Amino acid sequence: MKKEVNKSVVCLIVDNQPNVLARISSLIGRRNFNISTITASETNTHGLTRITLVVNSDDENVLNQVVAQTEKLEVVKKAYLLDMSNTLYRELLLIKIKTDEHERSAIREIVDIYRAKIIDLSKSSMIIELTGSPEKIDGFMDMVDCYEIMEVCRTGVTGIERGL
Amino acid sequence: MKLTGGQIVLEILLEHGVDTVFGYPGGAALNVYDALYQYKDKIKHVLTAHEQGAAHAADGYARSSGKTGVVFATSGPGATNLVTGIATAFMDSVPMVAITSNVVNSLIGRDAFQEIYITGVTLTITKHNFFVNKIEDLAHALRESFRIANSGRKGPVLIDITKDVTAQLCEFQKMETYALDKLPKANDEQIREVADLINQAKKPVIYFGGGVTASGASKELAQLSEKADLPAAHTIMATGVIGSDDEKNLGLIGMHGTVPANKAVHEADLVLALGTRFSDRVALNMNEFAKRATIVQVDLDKSEMNKNVLVDISVISDVKYFLEKLIPLVEAKKRPEFLKTVQDWKKTYRIEKDNPDVLKPHQLIRTICDMTDKETIYVTDVGQHQMWSAQYIKHKTPNSFLTSAGLGTMGFGYGAAIGAQTAFPDKRVIHVTGDGSFHMNLNEACTAVSYELPIITVIFNNQVLGMVYQWQSAFYEGRLSSTTPARKTDFVKVAEGFGAKGFKASTLSEFEDVFAKALKEKGPVWIECMIDKEEKVLPMIPGGLTVEDVILE
Repeated sequence: MKKEVNKSVVCLIVDNQPNVLARISSLIGRRNFNISTITASETNTHGLTRITLVVNSDDENVLNQVVAQTEKLEVVKKAYLLDMSNTLYRELLLIKIKTDEHERSAIREIVDIYRAKIIDLSKSSMIIELTGSPEKIDGFMDMVDCYEIMEVCRTGVTGIERGL
Repeated sequence: MKLTGGQIVLEILLEHGVDTVFGYPGGAALNVYDALYQYKDKIKHVLTAHEQGAAHAADGYARSSGKTGVVFATSGPGATNLVTGIATAFMDSVPMVAITSNVVNSLIGRDAFQEIYITGVTLTITKHNFFVNKIEDLAHALRESFRIANSGRKGPVLIDITKDVTAQLCEFQKMETYALDKLPKANDEQIREVADLINQAKKPVIYFGGGVTASGASKELAQLSEKADLPAAHTIMATGVIGSDDEKNLGLIGMHGTVPANKAVHEADLVLALGTRFSDRVALNMNEFAKRATIVQVDLDKSEMNKNVLVDISVISDVKYFLEKLIPLVEAKKRPEFLKTVQDWKKTYRIEKDNPDVLKPHQLIRTICDMTDKETIYVTDVGQHQMWSAQYIKHKTPNSFLTSAGLGTMGFGYGAAIGAQTAFPDKRVIHVTGDGSFHMNLNEACTAVSYELPIITVIFNNQVLGMVYQWQSAFYEGRLSSTTPARKTDFVKVAEGFGAKGFKASTLSEFEDVFAKALKEKGPVWIECMIDKEEKVLPMIPGGLTVEDVILE
């Protein structure tokens, strides 16, 4: 993930139990770690959840602290830093834009270039879905910024290391 | 056999060898306390005046005995009153299991009477916590609590049980306790590397903390210091690990540490940091701390590595294991030159001056030590008297200086003293406190009276909130904001009101006299000692500075 703001991604494998997100987020608050996104979802292993943290830092000591402190939590089975150069990152965007018939085709052009999808259309608005790297989504957001954006929802980053 | 949830709680305490708990009953805890009544021959419950006192008592019990401290409380305010006690134990890595009851499960989340989300409240001050609302989960959660509290770096665990669970019946089978997590061990290569560094160093210094006590490595530490002629400075958590009159003991390090301790680390070419965390009260300036030295940090908690001060070599290991392997690799040698320098510093920077007419803190403490045996357990509160105690008490044994080091909890002392005296009925327990700290939790006198605990409380009464008063005098141009409360408390009368003994002393001879009397009492005694409010804790290195900026008078 090449970025102007230095970011790193930490992956946590945690017990899927009530409160687990509260435990992680309390720790992040308690230690004053600066994160930009957090995502959580079940894994293929029953009882385990994968949490992806995007940390706003590439300082080795800061990242080591994020890993070591989260690892201390009873619910955390594994915590590790993802290797930036060897990891694929994706994020999902849903965006609702106010449109009239004159703007539709211009927006569609942007949608096509970014390989996004229009998933809902009404007389006065459309909803677009886009999956991609965070940079791609940022780029798309820039392009549609000149239209009236009614709502935006981004899932936050998930990442997975490439096979060898 | 089928047992109620309350009975299961007590059975599991027995499994873990618990024979003493501290606590306070309440509505949600009725079933647990009913079970306690049935088990009263096997488990002693010490009822305190306030749940905070119970939590500190469980803490003091654990610190002095090494066993797990167990505290019971009811839901709502009972549980929230534990919070300061749990946080105190957490900051100082004390093994504790707090068992709270909550309202019945059908009322959870409905703002029921005395309902509190205590697992949420204690998320960041426990190693882990459990909310149990199913009877089948109870035994496992309790066993896990003990495992977690005692594994690796120790600390408190809270288990919150809904009231309905404590009444329900469930099949119960006794079990072996869960195995503790394996402690990390340094690899041979790293140990060799550290041994080489020590062998080559000209001015090596040990800086050690509570981790040495926690891993039971006091003997090994003394051996290493002896064999390689290494002077050693300690944090307040490790007071008493090396005898205070040991030639190589540099004393307390940090803000109110000795000049020799701070100078030695400042000028060392090698600092061996054992079981310690470079807190801001020790590494007053994180960038300047031991900056001439190669720093080796040995700790079992990986997250302590490079957290505050960046070190050259991180060894993630149980300290005892590390020292056992290290000692044979270290050359027996003398470092007369460096040790001479250290001794000279010790002579040069003695700052206490005796005075026969008034009660000087160091003389008071010296007298206490001279008049009690070396097995005495000292418990302090927080403030000036705490620092004087850490500086001047003549220590001989580890686990005998109980103080709230990390959290700095005023009001810790009396509860902790009750815990220590309960753990060791035959040892002398001295509670050193200040008039500020003591006012916070002196209510526990009723507990000491009920259980006939012969704790001697020595109150350093300077009639001001001394530590803050000292800072305001030194750094705030004497603007004494809320530190001179003009209280009229007559501690002798208050003690008597509680059914305890009270004495007062204004001179050293008066003190010697009443202290001798106090030693003969069967129950608790308070001795109010009048101290000049201008007495300062010195030396002092303000935060952000180094020993070069030490204030000596």
